[in-house]
Amino acid sequence: MSEETEYEIALSRPKAFYSAFERKEELQHQTHYCPGCGHGIVHKMLAQAIDSLEIQNRTVLISPVGCSVFAYYYFDVGNIQAAHGRASAVATAVKRTRPDSIVISYQGDGDLAAIGSAEILHAANRGENITVIFVNNTIYSMTGGQVAPTTLLGQVSTTTPKGRQAGNEGYPLHVSELLATLQAPVYIERVGLGDNRQIAQAARAVRRAVENQARGLGFSFVEILSPCPTIWKMSPVEAQHWVRDVMEKTFPLGVLRDLIAQAEPRPVPRPAPSLDEIPRILGVAPPAPAASAERSSPKPASPLDLQVRVAGFGGQGVLLLGEMLAEAGLDAGLEVSWLPSYGPEMRSGTSNCHVRLAQEPVDSPLVAHPDVLVAMNEPSLIKFAATVRRGGWIVYNGEAVPAECPAEGVHILARPFTHIADELGDARAANMLMLGALLEIAGSLPQASVDAALMRLVKSPRWLELDERAMTRGRELFQEAFEGVRR
Amino acid sequence: MHRQLMKGNEAIIRSAILAGCRAFYGYPITPASEIAEAAAIYMPEAGGVFLQAESEVAAINMIYGAAAAGERAMTASSGPGISLMQEGVSYMAGAELPCVIVDITRAGPGLGNIASEQGDYHQVVKGGGHGNYRTLVLAPHSVQEMADLTALAFELADRYRNPVVVMADGFIGQMMEPVEFPTTATSPRIPKWAVAGTEESRGNLISSIHLEPDKQEAHERQLEAKYTIAQRREARAEEWWTDTADIVLVGYGIAARILKAVAAEARAEGLRVGVLRPITLFPFPAEHFRRAAAHAQVFLVVEMSNGQLLEDVRLALNGARPAEFLNRMGGNVPSHAEVLESVHSLAQQIPPAEERQGLVAHV
Amino acid sequence: MDALKRDRGHLRVNAEECKGCGLCIEACPPKVIRLTERINHYGYRTAEYTGAGCTGCGICFQVCPEPGAITVLRLVTPRSGVPRRNHTATTGAI
Repeated sequence: MSEETEYEIALSRPKAFYSAFERKEELQHQTHYCPGCGHGIVHKMLAQAIDSLEIQNRTVLISPVGCSVFAYYYFDVGNIQAAHGRASAVATAVKRTRPDSIVISYQGDGDLAAIGSAEILHAANRGENITVIFVNNTIYSMTGGQVAPTTLLGQVSTTTPKGRQAGNEGYPLHVSELLATLQAPVYIERVGLGDNRQIAQAARAVRRAVENQARGLGFSFVEILSPCPTIWKMSPVEAQHWVRDVMEKTFPLGVLRDLIAQAEPRPVPRPAPSLDEIPRILGVAPPAPAASAERSSPKPASPLDLQVRVAGFGGQGVLLLGEMLAEAGLDAGLEVSWLPSYGPEMRSGTSNCHVRLAQEPVDSPLVAHPDVLVAMNEPSLIKFAATVRRGGWIVYNGEAVPAECPAEGVHILARPFTHIADELGDARAANMLMLGALLEIAGSLPQASVDAALMRLVKSPRWLELDERAMTRGRELFQEAFEGVRR
Repeated sequence: MHRQLMKGNEAIIRSAILAGCRAFYGYPITPASEIAEAAAIYMPEAGGVFLQAESEVAAINMIYGAAAAGERAMTASSGPGISLMQEGVSYMAGAELPCVIVDITRAGPGLGNIASEQGDYHQVVKGGGHGNYRTLVLAPHSVQEMADLTALAFELADRYRNPVVVMADGFIGQMMEPVEFPTTATSPRIPKWAVAGTEESRGNLISSIHLEPDKQEAHERQLEAKYTIAQRREARAEEWWTDTADIVLVGYGIAARILKAVAAEARAEGLRVGVLRPITLFPFPAEHFRRAAAHAQVFLVVEMSNGQLLEDVRLALNGARPAEFLNRMGGNVPSHAEVLESVHSLAQQIPPAEERQGLVAHV
Repeated sequence: MDALKRDRGHLRVNAEECKGCGLCIEACPPKVIRLTERINHYGYRTAEYTGAGCTGCGICFQVCPEPGAITVLRLVTPRSGVPRRNHTATTGAI
């Protein structure tokens, strides 16, 4: 008989497998799996699916930690080996970075259902457009047969020597049922390798799960009940029957989610903007020459070196006051720093910031001894008054500085700024009143720079108008109190 | 020149995107959350991916995936989150994947508090995960450096195919200073080794496994060779008046800013004080220290941790000069006054220049 | 040889790849696969085709854990009577 001429090859090694396993140290013509191992059977149906869908070049296989850690020995596709349990997280990012790729996360039950339980749950819940092949053999095989989340009740393992007890290890974890409670997954099916019929169904499920992704439909998950003859201490045929006769009773086969008919292909990501557009998108593009010339503010009339501490309670606009000063300083061509209250200082709703304006680059942004303390409430005054350098200023939001407050050798402007702001239209403008007074102390900061800072930081027209009035009033309050006195 | 007032944490993301980063995966933690929040706004706008992961463990493994697929990828966290990421950092170093990790440090151990500390030095600089690897570590001390060193971090990560950490304290992350960015954005090509789901990249494998001890050893020696080259080429430090200093103040991050202010004041008093600020913590700028030791009498290490920087300074000095120590912890910052007091105290112990002519020759 | 007596299928077992797990023997509907008495040089008793009766159904291929241990062939041009089966080159229909 001449088979060459009368018979043709119908089923042979799928093309998605390497012809020789060169990444293997030895025995490069066969797998590292034990005789009768379910992984080899699942590998073959996955390779067939890749062949028939013609996606070999686009496929990226994520191999887990477990016996299938070496899946990359066999699959002639892009391969990434992931840390234990993390394959679904890795797959998530590969797919999002390369949406045209077909990303298959191949995981065992120790990997996926125990250490990787968070990663699979959230990848499923996000509806990542990936395919997850979950090989469940009820045991940690690679490490020698320890109990897994999927181990059957009563099943002996090296770490449940008397068999799994619900009272100690809990119940077998039904991952497919768990994931089927989520809204996002498109397809979830549990299949088995327990006999010919089951294996045929498993091959169909694997192909469907990969095809869903190729069609852009979303998260597809196939749990495969799989024999481990070695750890189960059975012959390959006994192990196959055990899948069908025992395992399936705990893990019923079937489709748990099928939204394939309803699922819409996921939207294609927007095309990325051109590189030229990036600085503008980030808000860092230099202003157009005309605009910047228009906006160019005069330089300070005299050199300015100012250290300011602004303090009050949260909601008084302490940080904004400081930021406005720093912005105005930058606009005027000065070196500036603004440091918000941070860490231990940030307690009981108090808030403060350090601001420095200088001719030279600012060395330390921390202001230990301010030239000006702007204290928006009494606790801030008490806390920081003693730190103000001799000859410096305190601008205080109150009728008068309490007698016990240590403020010798310091100029004081104490006014009920909150009440005055209220009369102007909104008590919350007190910070801008105090900024007005502060600007008078700072003296040489050009008004144009202050206006520019205000325009940049205050967007609402109502507040812009109110803040401008408040600042002007603050300047007047200072001038009324200290006619002719300037720092 | 277009200088903008901006927080360090916001400057990082802009710089990263300008440097071609198009993948950010993170998990919220104070004081680093603003970085993720800025990424959530700008990454999608720039055509990149932002995703808040279910944990830092997932986030770093997403970075592993994005980097494996050939994207410039980054995450940001603080000490407790960096601890959780160490597994993934070890895998990335083992698999030779580039990425940038920003650590905005806080006080610890345990939950600690959210104030600035530098106690992450060991876990970041010495490689906090398992195995024989290092991460390159950059330590910005200004908002401008938050931008510049983030861009450099991506370059170094690609050049050495290794994770690079930008380690800053909460002050540098939270404070606003003027910052200037490059006017053009870059777009790196997909590296040849990446697994990108294409015909050309089909034969590629990203993995950290080498079953045979000889192959694993060869792999680790090759990693070590990279770190040796980095040690030679990438060590960076800033020196302020160290060439004429008797007392060299040493610190990084916010501590270095205080040291500069102290040194300026001490110089005004006539004291010969300088500042040596490591910019790279690994590779450690040991050569800078050896040079400064040629004439400096004493080094004062000022850090916000329990002598972690001090160890590296002493290794670099190798006994040539004493290294004195001043530290604060728990979220406290060494004050200008207490550093200046230490400087005064050290200055009194240093013999006048004419009495020590003979000593210099020993170095 | 009379074409009507031709088997619809034929199979080859690569004795270098086969690990002798026996799943194909269990799966084969017409029971035309057996273990050899020989032991290959890896120490396995491998599967072999008995030489007659293969229907070309492909089930042995699908249950075999090794990528290329089994190759299934199907008759191309029966001279009479038996229609050619539809199949694809690699996946088949099982």
